[in-house]
Amino acid sequence: MESNTLIVNLKDISFSYSGGKPVLEHLNFQLRRGDRIGLIGPNGSGKTTLFYVIVGLLRPSSGRIDLFGKPAIEERDFREARKRIGLLFQDPDDQLFSPTVLEDVAFGPLNLGKSPEEAREIAAKTLARLGLSGFENRITYKLSGGEKRLVSLATVLAMDPEVLLLDEPTNGLDEATEGKITDILNGLDLTYVFISHNLDFLCKTTDKIYAVVDGKISIYEQLVPHTHIHAHRFGRLPHEHRSKLMELDPEEISD
Amino acid sequence: MVDEEFSTGESFIHGLDPRIKIIVAVLFSVVVAVLSNFVSLLVALFLSLILVVLARLSMKRVFYRLFLVNGLILFLWIFLPFTYQGETWFDIGPLVATKEGLLYASQITVKCNAILLTMIALLATTPIFTLGHAMSQLCFPDKITHLFLFTYRYIHVIFQEYHRLVNAMRIRGFIPHTNIHTYRSYAYLVGMLLVRSYDRAERIHKAMICRGFNGRYYTLVQFSIKMRDVFYLSLMLIAILGLVILQWKVTL
Repeated sequence: MESNTLIVNLKDISFSYSGGKPVLEHLNFQLRRGDRIGLIGPNGSGKTTLFYVIVGLLRPSSGRIDLFGKPAIEERDFREARKRIGLLFQDPDDQLFSPTVLEDVAFGPLNLGKSPEEAREIAAKTLARLGLSGFENRITYKLSGGEKRLVSLATVLAMDPEVLLLDEPTNGLDEATEGKITDILNGLDLTYVFISHNLDFLCKTTDKIYAVVDGKISIYEQLVPHTHIHAHRFGRLPHEHRSKLMELDPEEISD
Repeated sequence: MVDEEFSTGESFIHGLDPRIKIIVAVLFSVVVAVLSNFVSLLVALFLSLILVVLARLSMKRVFYRLFLVNGLILFLWIFLPFTYQGETWFDIGPLVATKEGLLYASQITVKCNAILLTMIALLATTPIFTLGHAMSQLCFPDKITHLFLFTYRYIHVIFQEYHRLVNAMRIRGFIPHTNIHTYRSYAYLVGMLLVRSYDRAERIHKAMICRGFNGRYYTLVQFSIKMRDVFYLSLMLIAILGLVILQWKVTL
């Protein structure tokens, strides 16, 4: 029964880039259907590498990968899994390679064997869903940073994945675009893992936050009540502090 | 970077099927390149001028482009008459200019300008990515087509990367001089661009694999040949054939 909901199961994975010291060391990671996980960790700690290992872009030196309940060993196994796992790259310029937005969003569906008409329709629908109607014939390299990010999200969503792996989806975005992406992601009924340094964003979009430290994954304590010593002007007057991070359910805090 | 200033327009040449434009432009260039008598060459130049006029392009911009290329041809005019064997035209001391050299230089000039004008009238009036798709439909090898499209897509990104690097140098007080420090810094710049482009190419390939890329490139664009296209294709083919006959006749 467990294996039914288990989408990604990494057991004892080790990985090192050729000649370098190990990036992932005996790492275990499980992703179940409906999970909404945030991944944090210092730069170079292996978060992106972990994503690449999951979709088979990099092969671990040891360990076992199960995707959708089946062992993934050869390129063929990963190729099947990639149709169901969408990976959003850190830099939208890596993702958007077609001259126009429509062609780029249709690229995935065409690879899945859809006819040009179907692909065109899927692309238009996906763009509309992300509020990008009218972008079809825009030239990809002339888009702004925020537009590029939204379009690359559309290219991934157009393949109708069951799982999303997003690598720093809010990196370098202004608050308005970040809010837009947060809303879109919260509206998706998908299993997902996000890499982000933006705790505020992770708190809004994920249920669990894991940390990647020393090539291993550890569960980040869900709620740690703590106080800050701080100083500012007029500190002696009675006052209140508001933070988006503090907007938690009272029930959750009493746990 | 690539501003494609001629690619949008209302003329009938803009509306022609891009595959036809490619076929005609290639055929015309090959024929003009092998023509050798001035009558047919001047006719070819005249034909290419007509095409440019029909495409209703800004003559100022067209001549600016011609000017750039003819700057290079100027060197041929300086060197060819003095290096070509043949009948003496005039001499400056030990330097002898020949009539054959002069003729050869003018032949090259007419050929270059005729081909260039045709390219501007036919190819520059098509958006670059449409050209790419037309190439793939004309059964050009996939690799060439992809190379063409990817170059177009990423030349802008690489250019931006170049600017970032140059700015990073400038902001730390780099002023180019004629010294080893300058040469070394420029070498680093070029090296860094190469390495970064390579890395980017790898990431793009990964991103494509993630979206199910398996070496086949499917395209959304479908062209359809209309009667009008067939008509103009025949007209231009007849004109090219005319050039060939003219060359053959005059030589006889």
